Amino acid sequence: MADFKLIGKNFGPPDLEAKITGRAKYAEDFRAEGMLFAKLLVSPMPHCRVTRIDASDALAMPGVEAILTADDLPEGRGAPNDERALTMEPLYEGEPILAVAAVDETTAADAIDRIGIGLEPLPFVIDPLDSLRPGGPDARVDGNISMRVEDQTVLESRKWSQEVWAAAGEDGLPMGEPTREWSIGDIDAGFAEADVIIEENVFHQSQTHHPLEPRSCMAYWRGRKLHIHVSTQSTARTVAPVARGVGIDPSDVVVVGEYCGGGFGSKISGTVNMPIPALLARKTGRPVMLRVTRDEENYFGRARPGFQSWIKIGMRRDGRVTAIDMYIVQDNGPYGSQGDHNTAATMAHLTYQPENMRFRGITIFTNTPPRGAQRGPGGVQEVAMMAPLMDKACRELGIDRVDHLRANLPGHNATMGPAQTQLSSCFVREALELGAERFEWARKSAMSGRREGTKVTGIGVAASPYTAGSFGFDGLAVLRPDGKLYIHQGIGNLGTHSIADTGKAAAECIDISWDQCEIIWGDTSRHLPWSSVQAGSQTTHAHTRANWAAGLDLKRKLQQIAAMDLGGSPAEYEVTGGRVVHASDRARTMSFNRAASRAIELGGIFDGHELPEDLNDMTVASATALVGQGLMGVSRDNFERGGRLQSWVVGFARVEVDIETGMVDIIEYVGATDCGTVLNPRSLRAQVLGGSIQGFGVARSQKWVYDPQWGVPFTKGFHMAKPPTILDVPLDMDVVAVDEPDPFNPVGCKGIGEPPMGAGAGAIAGAIEDALGGVGFNRTPITTDMIMAALEDQPQPFRGLTAHI
Amino acid sequence: MAIIRDMMAAFELFQPASIDETVDLLGRFDDGWVLAGGLDSFEWFKMRHRRPRVVIDVSGVEELKGIRDSDGGLEIGAMTTLTEIVTNETIRQRFGVLSTAAYAVATPQIRNQGTIGGNISQDTRCWYYRGGWPCYRDGGNICYADTPTSMNREHCIFGASRCVAVNPSDTAPALIALDAKIVVRSGGSERVFDAEDFFIGPSTDITRMTVLKPGDLVTAVRIPAEWADSAFYFEKARDRQSWDFPLVNVATAIKTSGGTIQDIRLAVNAVAPYPMRLTRVEDQLRGQPINEDVALAAGEMAIQGAHLLRQNAYKVPLLRNLVKRAIRDAEVQ
Repeated sequence: MADFKLIGKNFGPPDLEAKITGRAKYAEDFRAEGMLFAKLLVSPMPHCRVTRIDASDALAMPGVEAILTADDLPEGRGAPNDERALTMEPLYEGEPILAVAAVDETTAADAIDRIGIGLEPLPFVIDPLDSLRPGGPDARVDGNISMRVEDQTVLESRKWSQEVWAAAGEDGLPMGEPTREWSIGDIDAGFAEADVIIEENVFHQSQTHHPLEPRSCMAYWRGRKLHIHVSTQSTARTVAPVARGVGIDPSDVVVVGEYCGGGFGSKISGTVNMPIPALLARKTGRPVMLRVTRDEENYFGRARPGFQSWIKIGMRRDGRVTAIDMYIVQDNGPYGSQGDHNTAATMAHLTYQPENMRFRGITIFTNTPPRGAQRGPGGVQEVAMMAPLMDKACRELGIDRVDHLRANLPGHNATMGPAQTQLSSCFVREALELGAERFEWARKSAMSGRREGTKVTGIGVAASPYTAGSFGFDGLAVLRPDGKLYIHQGIGNLGTHSIADTGKAAAECIDISWDQCEIIWGDTSRHLPWSSVQAGSQTTHAHTRANWAAGLDLKRKLQQIAAMDLGGSPAEYEVTGGRVVHASDRARTMSFNRAASRAIELGGIFDGHELPEDLNDMTVASATALVGQGLMGVSRDNFERGGRLQSWVVGFARVEVDIETGMVDIIEYVGATDCGTVLNPRSLRAQVLGGSIQGFGVARSQKWVYDPQWGVPFTKGFHMAKPPTILDVPLDMDVVAVDEPDPFNPVGCKGIGEPPMGAGAGAIAGAIEDALGGVGFNRTPITTDMIMAALEDQPQPFRGLTAHI
Repeated sequence: MAIIRDMMAAFELFQPASIDETVDLLGRFDDGWVLAGGLDSFEWFKMRHRRPRVVIDVSGVEELKGIRDSDGGLEIGAMTTLTEIVTNETIRQRFGVLSTAAYAVATPQIRNQGTIGGNISQDTRCWYYRGGWPCYRDGGNICYADTPTSMNREHCIFGASRCVAVNPSDTAPALIALDAKIVVRSGGSERVFDAEDFFIGPSTDITRMTVLKPGDLVTAVRIPAEWADSAFYFEKARDRQSWDFPLVNVATAIKTSGGTIQDIRLAVNAVAPYPMRLTRVEDQLRGQPINEDVALAAGEMAIQGAHLLRQNAYKVPLLRNLVKRAIRDAEVQ
């Protein structure tokens, strides 16, 4: 590994003090003179048409300033399944219909109570399978599926025939014509080769993201310029969606979001509610704050798509997977179209490398909250569903589960999915060995089924991959005459520390000490470069590349300036210890302060007067605004690309199940990761353990419950939706990392946000079933009542594939 | 008219400094809502389904706070926090079942705010009722939780009477096991209820969970010396390790002599609309030795007569096993 001074070292979070002291300001902490508060009227029904709005009484109330309805919104982009901030045909309980702005929230809420509204109930569907029955309801008046036809999104009502349903039997997954399918090899031949075949129907729940900070936002106008304080994962990339939602040019939007209290994919680049305060502010001429409540966060705060699946696995006696056949019915909510099901199949292929595989899937609209990417979208569902099934096959064949992973996990030359996509690097086999050693797999797996008192031990292991990088963004850093490096970051700050950690690549290049670096972030008026969305675990990879490019540009220019002033050629100069020094004549040296001043005098390429031609537009605007402030390092990431980035976590878990109460204690967990070079060990630990804990929730407790007759949700609060709490987490947790560099990143690193969640989910689900001697629940979460029923040989009080129970 | 939720409506707030002032305010305002820790109340207020004009916050009434010796037992002020109960040395050492039960409530943060008076007075968590559905308990003419499609995993297996909701309190069964008394002030008079009589079912009054009527104030919980230093057991089954209401909980106090049960009090909660004292099981157990068979027989007896809803059959074996454990595993703290 290269000898870095900053990369791979422990750093505390850059915003730790602000967060601990409360100085950190989140969107809802801002106040502006004359500020109004907005409240929303949301739909009380799963699907209805608004036939009448009479706001005259409300608007006559003292302190009520304005109402905003769907009529006030700019035109949408045109696809029939696009979502807008407000609607006259709500497609799920909780969808916003209108907003009222008043001098305070109490008045705004009272005003909403006085609005006369007519609602015409329309047919609705909560469980995707119900929509596929002959004569079943559609979630939308224009259909229950979307298709791409000649670059257009077309909606259609799809029903499966009685024959399809009859073939599925009482509890099976009906498998009619899919909307998406692919195959690799010969699926029948693959099963013919197998020594054991596992065939199961499996349910994976939908679940809300539950960031602690709801998506509140505050907006005001300065002339034609909109200033909006938001909670976003990706600062630079939030500008365009806000502009589109408000109907203005992106150059007229200033986004401020220095802190983000969690997103997990639900706040990638702007949220659907952001235009509401912006448009109310324009209408009233006053700043407007929209504080989103916890109920509302559960309504329009996004959720992971649930799956109703049929999975068939063929395995050879030596543990090698010969075939995987998957059919997934995906619960999409009413808008857009998620790709989790296809990703899940691709991740299954990557993980187990079957020579024969088939995927079929269909995505169904339902009258439940809109879905979005959630940490490891598709990947988490795959691992949570598949790991316990692989365990079952191993149990039937008497194969050790780590041996099974050894027999299947990909090596460096493996490919994934039907396109046979190459990987940039893959060290999951090394991660498996490292994790097995740390967990003491041989000793611990021997504890499987051991009973002490009423508690039985279960052991689980699961391998979880996910995308880990992207390319082509810009780095922008200015070395000013004060000797400090100002690193501009257009990515967001959602608790991952990437605004600092990726900036270290620029600092590393010119060997400047970290305390001489300032991060500029969280406010698009501060001249930020074009950046990746902070999602899909792209940031670490994409922005170490971009900042390394900016750093190399700085270094090159420092050497040029030194050569110009001190003689010789640029290559004869080293950049080290905050100075430029001639390699053989150390007396010929220039401080960074001096070089920065010289850059301003020289102008041209040195201080940003002349910019590289391949920069993205946003970076050009930002760099232009920074002209003449110092030595500018600015460059597009043009480094070599080599295959898809994939990181891994292999999760190892030990649980104890109380066979008299069905309660589960998680005793121990180890996450072993391949994430390339470790960028910041402390941050890595937070990512791997934090993500794994979210996965514990998938396996154990987190869920949606809907009343099927009325189509409304109950699980709106934390105490009903039951994400894991810190007291559900064992004290004995550890992270180990392979720490081998990815060859297509200048510092060797890959992202790591996504994979831990699947690892945590799969390992815990597998461990619970292991403790129960291989009882297969084929469903997450595995709750106390389900375990109790299984222990008593009671039938579960729901069908295997029923959604939202 | 439109309906907005999850947003508190305005109310007039009173913050009395004494019990007498509180009682006076309750006399002045028919719909005066007594606010203790707020964990139940604020959720109702945010729902806007309960909209009192007047809220009487008793957090400033010092007389309602603290744990005092009383005739060899204890008197616990109604506004004593659950954390204080968890950490009080006398309770831990002599009435451990109450510390354990209080420790099982919610989260450390909620226990810092929640009070013993609030915990026993809290309303049911039936999500149909809490969601503002116009059910029997809410004065309507249907139970939404007991239909062929209802989501009722958490609902009752005993004591249904039109309503199938359960009482969710963790401290209630512990107080019944300790034969605690609940002190209630109504106007100028004070009434003292046995804990088991403090809670009422829907067949008594479907709109209330306790004997408390508007104008009443719980001032204290008295723990008699009688059951001090007994063998105790408390356990709560749930989905998460914290911030979770019970699926079933159980509390016992047992006096033993030479391995034989001399006397016992046994109560369970979250299986009926009120915490249930299992007197028949107690009767069966007196004079029996403590062993697995006796404990199992007690568990089997506890579930007799259970009536299942669509999704709660698991509560039957869970109750049986918890009662079994409460006998088998009870110990002097």
